[in-house]
Amino acid sequence: MDEWGKRIMRMILAKRPPLPYWAQILIPFIAIVVSLCLSSIPIIYAKGDLFKSYFYLFYGALGTRYNFLETCVKSSPLIFTGLAVAFAFRAKFWNIGAEGQLLAGAIVATWIGINVPEMPKFAALALIISAGFVAGGLWALIPALLKTKLKVDDVVSSLLLNYVMWHIMGALLFGPLQQPGSSWPRSPSISELAKYPMLLARSRFHLGIVMAVVAIAIIWFINEKTVLGYRIKSIGANLKAAGFGGIPTTSVIIKTAMISGGLAALAGVGEVCAIHYHLLMDVSPGYGYSGIIIAMLGRLHPLGVGLSAFFFSMIIVGAQTMSRMTGVPVYIADVIQGMSLLIMLVAQLFTEYKIKVISK
Amino acid sequence: MGSLFDQIFQMSFIIGLLSAMFRMATPIIFGTLGEIITERSGVLNLGIEGIMLISAMFGFLATLTTGSQWFGVLIAILVGVIFALMMAFLVVYLGLSQHVSGLGVTLFATGLAMFVYRHAVGSPTIPPIVQPFKPFPIPYLSDIPFFGQILFNQYALVYVSWALIPIMWIFLYKTRYGLALRVVGENPMAADTVGINVNLTRTLALVVGGALMGVGGAFLTLAHQNMFLIDVVGGRGWVCIAMVIFGNWDPIRGSLGALLFGFIDAFQLRLQSSGFAIPFHLFLVLPYVITIIALIGVARKSSAPAGLLKPYRREEKGG
Repeated sequence: MDEWGKRIMRMILAKRPPLPYWAQILIPFIAIVVSLCLSSIPIIYAKGDLFKSYFYLFYGALGTRYNFLETCVKSSPLIFTGLAVAFAFRAKFWNIGAEGQLLAGAIVATWIGINVPEMPKFAALALIISAGFVAGGLWALIPALLKTKLKVDDVVSSLLLNYVMWHIMGALLFGPLQQPGSSWPRSPSISELAKYPMLLARSRFHLGIVMAVVAIAIIWFINEKTVLGYRIKSIGANLKAAGFGGIPTTSVIIKTAMISGGLAALAGVGEVCAIHYHLLMDVSPGYGYSGIIIAMLGRLHPLGVGLSAFFFSMIIVGAQTMSRMTGVPVYIADVIQGMSLLIMLVAQLFTEYKIKVISK
Repeated sequence: MGSLFDQIFQMSFIIGLLSAMFRMATPIIFGTLGEIITERSGVLNLGIEGIMLISAMFGFLATLTTGSQWFGVLIAILVGVIFALMMAFLVVYLGLSQHVSGLGVTLFATGLAMFVYRHAVGSPTIPPIVQPFKPFPIPYLSDIPFFGQILFNQYALVYVSWALIPIMWIFLYKTRYGLALRVVGENPMAADTVGINVNLTRTLALVVGGALMGVGGAFLTLAHQNMFLIDVVGGRGWVCIAMVIFGNWDPIRGSLGALLFGFIDAFQLRLQSSGFAIPFHLFLVLPYVITIIALIGVARKSSAPAGLLKPYRREEKGG
């Protein structure tokens, strides 16, 4: 034993028996409460009044009918990107490319939305939604093929492809998709046919929100009730063992990636067809990256993704009111998001391990 | 079109291009070297993108308030170290997933950088600027025709990055400490058996790596540009991760990859300003696409440190 070890107490992590189910569910909530408390540090740093800040954070998100419905509106893209990341992560396919896949969906939706010929509205919407889904799926196919066929790391390739798609969008918005006569990078408005119907009066509560909830149910069904869901889970647990067990791992990973990319793309379709009605460089304020946080907080479970997407939507929507009323920069929402992910990781660790103090 | 090709064969064009290549490669070299030393100890630091951004931001603010660029670099190093320690806490001492922790550090650092910047400068219509580093021509050498202009009329930090390449190589392959670091990265249990402190080694590697990433970030706001923009790093951190793989975890080959990236980046900038009839965003794609192609080229041959991504918990053996 070294001298140092004799004199001090050491803390080590020791495995603990699995916690009951309710404790597992509690963990994300604890992580959220802790990160909300810790966010008081940046609020104080920005000289915001604490009570007023938290009040307006929640009031801005839930305080009025309109605010509450805005929070629902914001959760739609977050649910899609969260589901996209969670679905891929279950197979340990590290799709960090939801941002680029979202943009792929937005670009295709815009292009069809501008050029859609006269046809029934539901046909136009079905066309746009399915084309957007396919576009995102194909963009996600690239890192999946690179990983399975050429052994290129999926984290790096999917991340770099985000920047590629962003610049492709820039090229289109300064080129063929640019609004005639405009010097700004924005597209012409999409046709009325391509716009998502609004479902509630005096709000922006649109079709995409219902679609997101349906997507939660579908992904739950795929995960729990289908062969694909079972195979994805096996691959996530142990890729080699799954392969030896007769699961066609390459084709499952490719399917996973395409569904994941398609889901992310639907976030982009919704932003174009229900919010902006045209394409612009700021179409996504990082929804694809928020999806990673939402997926982890939701513990990769579709229902958990729905809940955590709603929570982060509250933070993003509420932060705007808070910023207006207290002067705390609106980026507090990004700080809280990043913090929540880190705290969630630590909290999760303590479901499996406990700190043991050994004195010598 | 013809005028572009005329331009390419002009001496001033070549000098400008190659000199810009070394300049554009510098933040990538710092980041790549930082990531190599980290990964050689068995830790993947995906926090690099966020660490470079927040160091760039704090370095910029420090220079904005004091007027001293070197003080800005110092602050950037300090910030890089702090976030590397955060990474060390998560993945070395708690043994959490290196993928998710790194992304978490990047997202947290990015949010914090934007938050602090906005609070510090408000929302002025014209973003504040600093007096950036001036080029530091090396006496006599910079007078050499052609090569002097390209190699020896650069910022001081560019020479520092060049010096670090052989230093890192000698450290890794020719010193006891480098050997210890590599053993920790390849086989932490064996390292532990011969008395090397695995966790401390990994923490120190992260800290040195974080400091280098910090300098890379500071270079972007204090030399490459003179202001802080949200997308000032713009994926360069991820490019560094790619260059580590491309360079097969070797400082010299990784830096050559960084130079390749710098060349493409400098070239696309010149194509943009040459008034080509193609939207310049298509040229902006080039560095990222070529990085991916480079990865494809080496993917089957590359061999990561065997202990990469694996947390080491000595106590786990007994159950």
